[in-house]
Amino acid sequence: MSECVIPTLTSNEVVASKSVLPAGWKPNLKDLKSLDLTLPMLELLRRSTSRLPQDVIDALVKGRDAEEEGSRAFNTLNDMVRNIILADGHVTPLCQDTGTIIVWVRHPYGLSQRAAKQQIRAAVAEATKRSWLRPNCVEALSGKNTGTNMDPFHEGHPAVHFEEWEKPEVEIAVMQKGGGCENVGAQYRLPDATLGAGRDIKGVRKCIIDAVVKAQGQGCSPGILGVAIGGDRVSSYEKSKELILRKLGTSNPDPKMDAFEKEITADLNTLGIGPMGYGGNTTVLGVMAEEMYRHPASFYVSISYMCWSSRRGSITLKTNGEVSFD
Amino acid sequence: MIRLTTPITEDQIRQLKVGDEVLLNGRVVLSRDMGHKYMKEQKPEWLKPILENMVIYHCGPVVKKHEDGHYSFVAAGPTTSIREEPYQADVIETYKVRGVIGKGGMGKKTSEGLQKTGAVYLHATGGAGSLLAERCKRVVDVKMLEEFGSPEAFWIIEVEDFPLVVTMDSHGGSLHEIVAQQSQERAKALMG
Repeated sequence: MSECVIPTLTSNEVVASKSVLPAGWKPNLKDLKSLDLTLPMLELLRRSTSRLPQDVIDALVKGRDAEEEGSRAFNTLNDMVRNIILADGHVTPLCQDTGTIIVWVRHPYGLSQRAAKQQIRAAVAEATKRSWLRPNCVEALSGKNTGTNMDPFHEGHPAVHFEEWEKPEVEIAVMQKGGGCENVGAQYRLPDATLGAGRDIKGVRKCIIDAVVKAQGQGCSPGILGVAIGGDRVSSYEKSKELILRKLGTSNPDPKMDAFEKEITADLNTLGIGPMGYGGNTTVLGVMAEEMYRHPASFYVSISYMCWSSRRGSITLKTNGEVSFD
Repeated sequence: MIRLTTPITEDQIRQLKVGDEVLLNGRVVLSRDMGHKYMKEQKPEWLKPILENMVIYHCGPVVKKHEDGHYSFVAAGPTTSIREEPYQADVIETYKVRGVIGKGGMGKKTSEGLQKTGAVYLHATGGAGSLLAERCKRVVDVKMLEEFGSPEAFWIIEVEDFPLVVTMDSHGGSLHEIVAQQSQERAKALMG
């Protein structure tokens, strides 16, 4: 099982040939009222559930190659790569926990958010029917599963966020966030006497270290962290999730935060938690941190932990009819 | 690499040590949050012959129902085990379970249960849903599907060479405890 696996995925042409979008399908953005997002959303889910982004694969391979060959950490990362190849080849979910479906739609003026939400919900229901998603929507107290991934009150699931922007195109981004990694997310309020963490970057650093140590392997390490500094309880957590959409290996536009991200990533990888908490040098694949504005009395540090199987993706529908996936 | 086939004897389990790599074969019973609460609180008799000397797998699979009515697993990796900490030791004792498969490890109470009854905690690679579903060869039966829903039901399956690592043994050993301690020490040093 320890033979070093090369992560060769199916070609873009093969992926396109399996698309649920009819060949040559072109969105007409001049007529936003009749634009139907159901199929593009379904295709986005088909890809996100079975195909890991290249930057995540690269980071996992880099992590594996930094572990001692034949060690448990090496073998575990190697199995992760093996799993990535299988899921991609079979077009089946990378992980049985296909997560909470979080969607961000950015659109020009004129798109009906109500209609778009219905279409996104229809796509999620169809993806569930096709076994691309596990039914992950249960009533809080009874635990009763709706079976469809639909929250009947349109509140919790799928979680859809809308933003109107100035661009003429429509972009849908999706994240499939598993329950295990969601459970190890944490929100701190500074100062924190237990950690000895004050209201400064050193205090933020302590919160991050604490959260990762508490998570151990339970969030399916190596994890990817989104860290929002500031905001209120809600906006801060929301931002911390959105940050995970950023590609690994890209720089933070704020040079101060960029240096901080690099430093804390290196520090976390000396904790020895390793893949799945088995021990090793690869505890996190990356940290994305961003500063927000806050109320003078509140200082929140919100940390969202994403598992190694960071399933995310986006589709952009352009005015010239072009459809692109990222 | 140690090959084990269910049902497993206490003697076989007592020989296993933290760090041992195991390939599991035979029947395995899936159960997670709702199942564990139900087993601890209601102690249903009907599960006894199904679970004795068997292995429980903490997993909520993605299941495909075929046109002829049979089921197969599409993705089936482990879920986080620590949520079953309040229930696991009792379940192991009541049903004489010999092994629990999951991820992330479990706590002190479960470790004591493993020692008392003679059982082990077997760690599977989290997130490896496709890889592990390939080792789930056949769905034999499913119980409480209607009541619990698909991710929570008692799926009874047959596995072949299911790759696992013993991370908690029946002698009090726990890899999770060792890694946790070492990382906490390192964290202290990092925090200054």
